[in-house]
Amino acid sequence: MSFATTSLDTGMTKQPHSSTETAPGNMRRATTAPLDIETVVEELKELPQPVGMPLLDDPKYHTRDVSVFYNETKQAIFNVDLDIGRNEVIAMIGPSGCGKSTYLRCLNRMNDTISGCRVTGELLLDGEDVYARSQDPVLLRARVGMVFQKPNPFPKSIYDNVAYGPRLHGLANNRAELDEIVEDSLTKAGLFKEVKDRLNLPGTGLSGGQQQRLCIARAIAVSPEVILMDEPTSALDPIATGIIEELIDTLRQSFTICIVTHSMQQAARISQRTAYFHMGYLVEVNDTNTVFTNPEHLLTENYITGRFG
Amino acid sequence: MNKTTATIRAGLARRYARERRFRRFGLGAIIVSMLFLFILLFTIFSQGVSGFSQTFIKLDVVLDEATLGVGPGATGEQLRNAGFAKAISQSLYTLFPDVSSRSDKRNLRALMSSNAPYRLMGIVMDDPSLLGQTYSGWFLADDDIDTYLKGHVDRSLPETDRRLKDQTLGWIDRLEAEGRIEKRFNTEFFTNNDSREPEQAGILGALMGSFFTMLVTLLLSFPIGVAAAIYLEEFAPKDNWFVDLIEVNINNLAAVPSIVFGLLGLAVFIQLFGVPRSTPLVGGLVLTLMTLPTIIIASRAALKAVPPSIREAALGMGASRVQTVFHHTLPLAMPGILTGTIIGMAQALGETAPLLMIGMIAFILSTPEGITDPATVLPVQVFLWSDSPERAFTEKTSAAIIVLLGFLILMNLLAVLFRKKFERRW
Repeated sequence: MSFATTSLDTGMTKQPHSSTETAPGNMRRATTAPLDIETVVEELKELPQPVGMPLLDDPKYHTRDVSVFYNETKQAIFNVDLDIGRNEVIAMIGPSGCGKSTYLRCLNRMNDTISGCRVTGELLLDGEDVYARSQDPVLLRARVGMVFQKPNPFPKSIYDNVAYGPRLHGLANNRAELDEIVEDSLTKAGLFKEVKDRLNLPGTGLSGGQQQRLCIARAIAVSPEVILMDEPTSALDPIATGIIEELIDTLRQSFTICIVTHSMQQAARISQRTAYFHMGYLVEVNDTNTVFTNPEHLLTENYITGRFG
Repeated sequence: MNKTTATIRAGLARRYARERRFRRFGLGAIIVSMLFLFILLFTIFSQGVSGFSQTFIKLDVVLDEATLGVGPGATGEQLRNAGFAKAISQSLYTLFPDVSSRSDKRNLRALMSSNAPYRLMGIVMDDPSLLGQTYSGWFLADDDIDTYLKGHVDRSLPETDRRLKDQTLGWIDRLEAEGRIEKRFNTEFFTNNDSREPEQAGILGALMGSFFTMLVTLLLSFPIGVAAAIYLEEFAPKDNWFVDLIEVNINNLAAVPSIVFGLLGLAVFIQLFGVPRSTPLVGGLVLTLMTLPTIIIASRAALKAVPPSIREAALGMGASRVQTVFHHTLPLAMPGILTGTIIGMAQALGETAPLLMIGMIAFILSTPEGITDPATVLPVQVFLWSDSPERAFTEKTSAAIIVLLGFLILMNLLAVLFRKKFERRW
């Protein structure tokens, strides 16, 4: 045991932000001799730096050293450094309670609504500080839409659900413009054909998958720049999931999408980059292919091969 | 059979017996409470229903100039001073020509309620063409006659122990034989104010007083209560000692004896702010204080029951917190808030104690026309009548209780209807 520790201490020169996929001699490579998981986690706590390619040039989101505390005592995420690219789908995976949702909710300041929640570090959206005093959360959330785990349409008509954002922000000057926005958003969400005859019926009467697409239509009706999705398909059946995954792929043309998911297959299918979180630490970020075929970190490999989580 | 199964089986009988016992207790409790409710309602209704009817005597009143002192074409002023009382007495003397002595005549006149001349005056003022003719119509009988006809006087008692003497009973028997006396539905109960004479006493004044008091209470307590609930539930910082203190105080206020609110109203509203006492305004203010905790607690519970996902959805769309509340949370919480409000209002409608402290127990003869007119309210009217010595007030008391219960049932019905109307699923 002591030998293993020494070998770790000496051999583990961590190479954060390395652009090379795998640094030669990196002992955490899962392909080398099996390491004790607890040791690896300990080491991660000492030096919380992700492996892989967390940083990009000209990112949409630039986040550095982000930590989130609940009630000052409990720290939910630790010093996360991550860039999110333009028009990419980035998937965040990891076991329950690993902080991926918390991180996601930092991006549009939804954590503000939780009392006792404090966010430190630097979060820039197009170079603008998200947590600056001058930043207006209302404007921010208009720019960064969100889709939640449980489909949560308002108990209003389908039309009113989609029209809510444009009405709220005064994006339509008259009824015709509003109709156009609603139709356009529903079409983009792949729902228009199914509901065009019942736009005045309550949105809560739709099926689960339709409700979730309605929520996506509602989110894109205000033409946000980024869409955050917090496990958008976890409450849906495989067919509805498939439809939404296709939808996400088409939406990528116009939006940056951050998606938290528990399904590794889903992450592999729809995302370009994947970030793996573990116990509040960002462990590994890389091209989705690389993460799933050739993970650099032992924890990532254990997770994607189903050894825990 | 293994050991576990045996153990479980051995305990099963005891488990089921316990369950059956519990269910029987529950059923028993419900039956007992239903029984008491039935007894209560039966008592009130059996006593009160007769309060809605009153004994009337049919008189043929000669409206000639000799009796009244005024002839056809008299002005209103002249009519007001005309001898209608004399006309009523004359018609009685005509019915019983054998009555001659002064005291007998006085006893004869006592058959009629003291308001008979005023009623006659009202009839003639509405239709002056009656002057010079003979009007035959029904007039209120005195409450003693009414009490006797409703079976509350025992004729077998010696005459000295009865309020009604043999002479009067003889007259009543004759009137009955001639079909000149009968019990009819008493509309005056709903159109008159309080009176010392039970047969003339009505609940209009108390009803209007209750209406104005409830109006003040509703207009003040609903907006203040809902606003307070919204602030405490949606905006106030959580885990803050001051907010906790407010919360504890509100919960305690809901349990404060209502008479304390009356004392507070007396000291603050009347003494300090000089609000006129005995008025629906000050009554409404006091009842607002009493109702607020109920509304706040119910509204907070209703707001809390709105799923957080709706709030998140609205906030995620870029709605501000106030917009989130007014576009989504509040409409969804409305059924619960309305139910709480109506329950609070129903409580206020039935409240007596605090109103005693602020002078709403006054004997008021005029119908209040606004929130600053002296008034009393239904439950206080019930209290006043139940305290009156006349036998006839007993049924009035019960009748007023029936009206009060009717309004309470109406309000609860409203609560149910509002709930159904505003209820939405998510």
